[in-house]
Amino acid sequence: MTTSFTFPKNTFSKGGVHPLECKELTAGKAIEVMPVPAELELVLTQHIGAPCTPNVAKKDELEEGAVIAEVTKGLGVPVHSPVAGKVKSIGTSTHPMQVSTPSITIVVDREASAAEYTKKEWQNEDPQVLLGKVRDAGIIGIGGAGFPTHVKLAPPKNMKIDTLVLNGAECEPYITADQRHMVEHPAEIIEGARIILRILGISHCIIGIESNKPDAIDALTKAASEHGDSACQIEVRSLEVKYPQGSEKQLIESVTGRKVPAYALPSAIGVVVQNVSTAKAIYDAVVFEKPLYEKVITVSGRGIERPANLLVKVGTKVQDVVDYLGGIRPGLKKIVLGGPMMGFAVSTLDIPITKTTSSILFLTEDEIDTSPHSACIRCGWCLDACPMGLEPKEVGIYVEANHAEETEPFGVFECFECGSCAYVCPAKRPLVQFVRLAKMKAKRNQ
Amino acid sequence: MDAELIKLALGGIALLACIGLFFGIGLAIAAHKFAVETNPLIEEVLESLPLAQCGGCGYPGCEGYAIAVVNDPEVPPNLCFPGKEKVANTVAELTGKKMAAVEDQIALVRCSREEGRVSHKHEYFGFASCTAANISFGGPSACQYACIGLGECAEACPFDAIDMVENFPEVNPDKCVSCGICVKTCPKTIIELQTLRARVYVPCSTKDLGKTVKAVCKVGCIGCKMCVKACPADAVAYEDNNVKIDHKACIAYGPSCEEACVTKCPRDIFRHYQGRQAIARGAADGLKMAG
Repeated sequence: MTTSFTFPKNTFSKGGVHPLECKELTAGKAIEVMPVPAELELVLTQHIGAPCTPNVAKKDELEEGAVIAEVTKGLGVPVHSPVAGKVKSIGTSTHPMQVSTPSITIVVDREASAAEYTKKEWQNEDPQVLLGKVRDAGIIGIGGAGFPTHVKLAPPKNMKIDTLVLNGAECEPYITADQRHMVEHPAEIIEGARIILRILGISHCIIGIESNKPDAIDALTKAASEHGDSACQIEVRSLEVKYPQGSEKQLIESVTGRKVPAYALPSAIGVVVQNVSTAKAIYDAVVFEKPLYEKVITVSGRGIERPANLLVKVGTKVQDVVDYLGGIRPGLKKIVLGGPMMGFAVSTLDIPITKTTSSILFLTEDEIDTSPHSACIRCGWCLDACPMGLEPKEVGIYVEANHAEETEPFGVFECFECGSCAYVCPAKRPLVQFVRLAKMKAKRNQ
Repeated sequence: MDAELIKLALGGIALLACIGLFFGIGLAIAAHKFAVETNPLIEEVLESLPLAQCGGCGYPGCEGYAIAVVNDPEVPPNLCFPGKEKVANTVAELTGKKMAAVEDQIALVRCSREEGRVSHKHEYFGFASCTAANISFGGPSACQYACIGLGECAEACPFDAIDMVENFPEVNPDKCVSCGICVKTCPKTIIELQTLRARVYVPCSTKDLGKTVKAVCKVGCIGCKMCVKACPADAVAYEDNNVKIDHKACIAYGPSCEEACVTKCPRDIFRHYQGRQAIARGAADGLKMAG
């Protein structure tokens, strides 16, 4: 329960970049509850894997928190209705990555009163029961990857877990949702961490936060000393600012000094990583039995009238967010769902927010770069920037020469598409796109 | 001349001749002893193939197919698309296999983006390949089943049979041998192989609902199923939100239906198809191979 501001090695060793942070637009703004729009559109592919199957029909009346879609295939979690209302239709809607995906549209019932949740004791519950609650609440990694949390919290029996790492790095520029969570809900995050520790049956937790968020470090350090108990050891650690610190493997190296072997999961070296916002969601799921159907997102960029941190219902459309925040400013060039380094550009406002949407960025001309790319000059900057020690330039050259299938030896499947290489490339080469293509074709070839 | 020098020269020649003879005999023995037995049939089959090395048969080049067709009784003799019926007959004759009918096919791009004036939903910057554009939010076209038009199929075609005309692929019927490489390449999977004897075709691949299609394309299929009802031969089906034509049934029924499907289509997307000859003659009735 101590803060060590001068930890000898408090960042990852290989690569990394320092993009302009741009967090000042929203860092000081408290989380604002956005009024519920008239309609919500809940996509059934909230996480990786197969879409959920709806268990409601058109015109069904729903209560707040009711399960509207269940998992029938593979890994996954159910989808809940964020409001009381009526099912308008079961159709498809746009999705930032899958383009089009099945969805359920709900018309909000304005008359219904908000659901009330009462606090429940969890300290003496069986870890398996707690794990069941996490699953039933539909919790997935809200940091961005969207992996079902209950799967991550039940590592294979032969892996011995000893440390829980909470990810408060939030290294992507612009995004401040986790920072606001840490500042405004530190006690809940700490209790969430204690719940995770109980599920995993361990006692050691480290919260890694980048040093550009001193308010969050202070808040969590204080909460850890006030709300901790003697059985568990929760430690807050300030990390040197470097992108992509928030990536699982990099964060583990930053806080524990251990390196995850190639193609392995963190559980192989005894670590489980969860985002701080996921810890808050776990707190809500276990203490209040409230499903995950709301989410804090950062709406930022110079192309939006009033940048803000908003608490929105999952299924709110980007258009509704824009209307609430006073509209778009002239000069808007690009809309990105997610961070500027790893997010996906979209071309419509008619797109619903999912559980993994961490931010919506409205970027103007001077915040993006659309200059055409040229040939690789073999300067090797991308090799220096890559946190995984890969060779992005080589992958790009292979893809351009129509040999994408042969890129597996360059470790394309280790690449998590952080974008550091494309960020430093002086030839402006779309290296992440090359890698995505290479992954697609190399997989198809296997 | 100095007798010493002649002696030296003769000695050298004799030595070299001995070495040559030694290696010659060695190689002759080795060639005989380590000879790899090849089936002369494979050679013959290989010679009958067009040697385009397109891989359309699914084997690594023409030799791969020749070996497979000779050694594996399961491999049919009509897999060589560029060779057409003539090669298939020769291969069948050589291998003694039963010859199945060879259908003359041609690649058909099932999209009418140009006519439909499908709008762009965003500008695309980056690597100019259809697959790359497709992974960023489904490509720049407002219709997610529309041809992207960056010419990956034209680049992949081993016979140079696809030309990009105003960012849209046009299949050259004289060059297309229906190897199917473009079908596998297209990330939107909108290229199909269609029999040249087909009477009708639908140059639209959308799986969207009518409402969505109407919003983005002027000629896209809206799934009204008028064609399905109109066809007296039950040759038109609407499966998986897409029109499927059973060309066999359609051709078997013959022209007595007067192409009811084409007349009934309210979007003019059900079209007459006149095959290679008509196109080669440059038929002026607005027929455009690639939609």
